[in-house]
Amino acid sequence: MYVAVKGGEKAIRNAHKLLAKRRRGDTDVPALGIDQIAEQLSISVARVMAEGSLYDESLAALAIKQARGDLIEAAFLIRAYRTTLPRFGYSLPLDTAKMLIERRISATYKDLPGGQLLGPTFDYTHRLLDFKLAADGEVDLEEVSMSEPETGPVPRVTELLGDEGLMDADVLPEDDAVVGDLTREPLGFPADRDLRLQNLARGDEGFLLALGYSSQRGYGRNHPFTGEIRFGAVEVEFFAEELGFAVTLGTIKLTECQMVNQFAGSAKSSPKFTRGYGLVFGQSERKAMAMSLVDRALRWEEFGEECTAPVQDTEFVLSHSDNIQATGFVEHLKLPHYVDFQAELELIRTLREEWFNAHAGEEEIQEAAQ
Amino acid sequence: MSKEQPYQDLNMPSDEAIANRQKSMAILAAAPVETLTRAFENYADIPAHDIVRAPEIGLVMARGRMGGTGAPFNLGEVSVTRCVIRLKTGEAGSSYIMGRDKKKALQAAIFDALWQNPAHHETIETTVLAPLAAAQEEERQNVRAETAATKVDFFTMVRGED
Repeated sequence: MYVAVKGGEKAIRNAHKLLAKRRRGDTDVPALGIDQIAEQLSISVARVMAEGSLYDESLAALAIKQARGDLIEAAFLIRAYRTTLPRFGYSLPLDTAKMLIERRISATYKDLPGGQLLGPTFDYTHRLLDFKLAADGEVDLEEVSMSEPETGPVPRVTELLGDEGLMDADVLPEDDAVVGDLTREPLGFPADRDLRLQNLARGDEGFLLALGYSSQRGYGRNHPFTGEIRFGAVEVEFFAEELGFAVTLGTIKLTECQMVNQFAGSAKSSPKFTRGYGLVFGQSERKAMAMSLVDRALRWEEFGEECTAPVQDTEFVLSHSDNIQATGFVEHLKLPHYVDFQAELELIRTLREEWFNAHAGEEEIQEAAQ
Repeated sequence: MSKEQPYQDLNMPSDEAIANRQKSMAILAAAPVETLTRAFENYADIPAHDIVRAPEIGLVMARGRMGGTGAPFNLGEVSVTRCVIRLKTGEAGSSYIMGRDKKKALQAAIFDALWQNPAHHETIETTVLAPLAAAQEEERQNVRAETAATKVDFFTMVRGED
């Protein structure tokens, strides 16, 4: 059987022209600038950078504009772009203790060194629409208050617990331990925590949110407390071989979440709190929290727990967290499947014919009985 | 010249020299594009130089640590532009800068080379790096002050007589 496989070029060209027109919308309305998106839709930009797995605010803003605000499509554009660039190497590990903090809260300690710093948060807003923002022109901004900052250190809450021996400690690897990299080797199972965290850091916020939520509702329950969330700028350092020393490339904004969970202990080790960790590009608190819940759930084996829930199933979670892969496979269904479907049609016609042949006699018998 | 020279010393910069250069490169990298360009255009005397490695855009995979202090993992990439130039007087200047601005990478590499040249070092320190560093510190201080104003002051109510 021959099937037309060419054609549609003109339709596609015209469709893309139409897309460009619809993207622009009413030309009486000013066009969006990339800088406007980067400055005023910074949380969207953060999400595209996290899920596109590339920190570059102006690129993410461009992707959002091109994708008409479709953030998964925008992340897709970013992932495609990054494949065109050479990799210079790996950074030195980021030190979130040296963060220039813009927000830092703990739900486990009221008074802690460095204090509770609310920063720019939606928390405690009333979620009422602010129609002043809908008015044309600039909204008069209230002047932001300034206070004399404390100069003391702002230790991570997990360190406070660790000092007392109450927290399961971070394990340092051998010096020559290889760090898994999903952009170099396809994901395989079982996956160690380095691969899991990389996968979650670029995973879909909605998927991780739902999984984290499921663990709170009892599917793989682990009694979480937000030990600490911090958001701010951290320097990225890179060891330049030809220079023989590390250079500071600049700063990136990160959200870090330390989720403290109930105990693990055994005959060999004393009871301790356990934790999940979330680290995400940009101000992405929901994602960082969800990531830390899922990270903790996936550590069930380490702590000798039972695996009873979807959120604990490493293969299930990691194989479905990537929204670029997911959208590719789901959306490919709309591409032409004419040949496949022809085969299905023939099959269903044959099945029906067989069925009618087999049941032809029965109907006559039934009619006769009536 | 039969006397054997030890391999080290001669060309190896001291730890302090490296630390100073790291600091100066970090200030250049953190400078906003417009500010750096203005500093470059205002710099009276940009000498002739060769491009050793033209500005090139690439990626660095940023690593985090599990739990903040544990084993490293790959968090995601950052875009980076790097460039190497050489002055006629021999100093090689480098830049590694987040983002994709080739002009900024070139200008930072030239400043880095000039910083290493004794005839330019002081001028670069005082007219280029010092104002950039001051502006960057002021910006950081503003963030700290704005954040500090959002610190929660808990107060406790005293009930009863004592």
